Amino acid sequence: MPKIQIPTPLRQYAGKQPAVEVQAGTIGDALSDLVAKHPDLRRHLYTDEGKLRAFVNVYLNDEDVRYLQKEATAVKDGDSISIVPSIAGGLN
Amino acid sequence: MLNIRRKEYEALRQHGEETYPHECCGVLLGQMGEDGARSVTSVARAGNTRTDSAHNRYNIDPKELIRIQRHGREHGQDIIGFYHSHPDHPAQWSQTDLAEAHWFGCSYIITSVEKGKAALTNAFELTGSDENDKKLVSEKIEVK
Repeated sequence: MPKIQIPTPLRQYAGKQPAVEVQAGTIGDALSDLVAKHPDLRRHLYTDEGKLRAFVNVYLNDEDVRYLQKEATAVKDGDSISIVPSIAGGLN
Repeated sequence: MLNIRRKEYEALRQHGEETYPHECCGVLLGQMGEDGARSVTSVARAGNTRTDSAHNRYNIDPKELIRIQRHGREHGQDIIGFYHSHPDHPAQWSQTDLAEAHWFGCSYIITSVEKGKAALTNAFELTGSDENDKKLVSEKIEVK
């Protein structure tokens, strides 16, 4: 099964696990299965309108899914999916 | 509370001197204690992708973060925070820092670099439960 790597701030909403295995054929399925298993994650990943939050990056292995087929990107057994909140800032 | 060894503390401050007058950035790896205290066991330098405005902005490429996270995992370390520098500005978080901070429960270290020399280093924890109530709260750095 594909595995989703959970970043440290979101583990409290995922049973304190660093990674969660999901049943999925696409990235969209994988994220749906993740929030079905851990509903508290939903508001941290999605807006009220159901869109993935702008600062949440999703990578399939080492590729940004935005540059693949987004949520329709196919996944297979052994794939590693990473949820990576953005890291940025600086002076005003 | 953020525990960090002298070696890692000096390494992140030196990074800010090396990239001056641009902002440096990097990742703190270590362990989250049950009591909420974080212990840094290594720091990883990251490139600043904001080459368009590197004197006052930083951004870490998620791909680089995944690589650092994978390396940390192999060594029993988690990402517990980040650091960056403020060239010729105080070691205080800015509105941009708060708006762009999304790693709750993690530490954000800021070092002011004055005329090329690292001055004050402060740490802040991102607290709150979501984007609506988040705050950067000053936290003590224990250098050992």
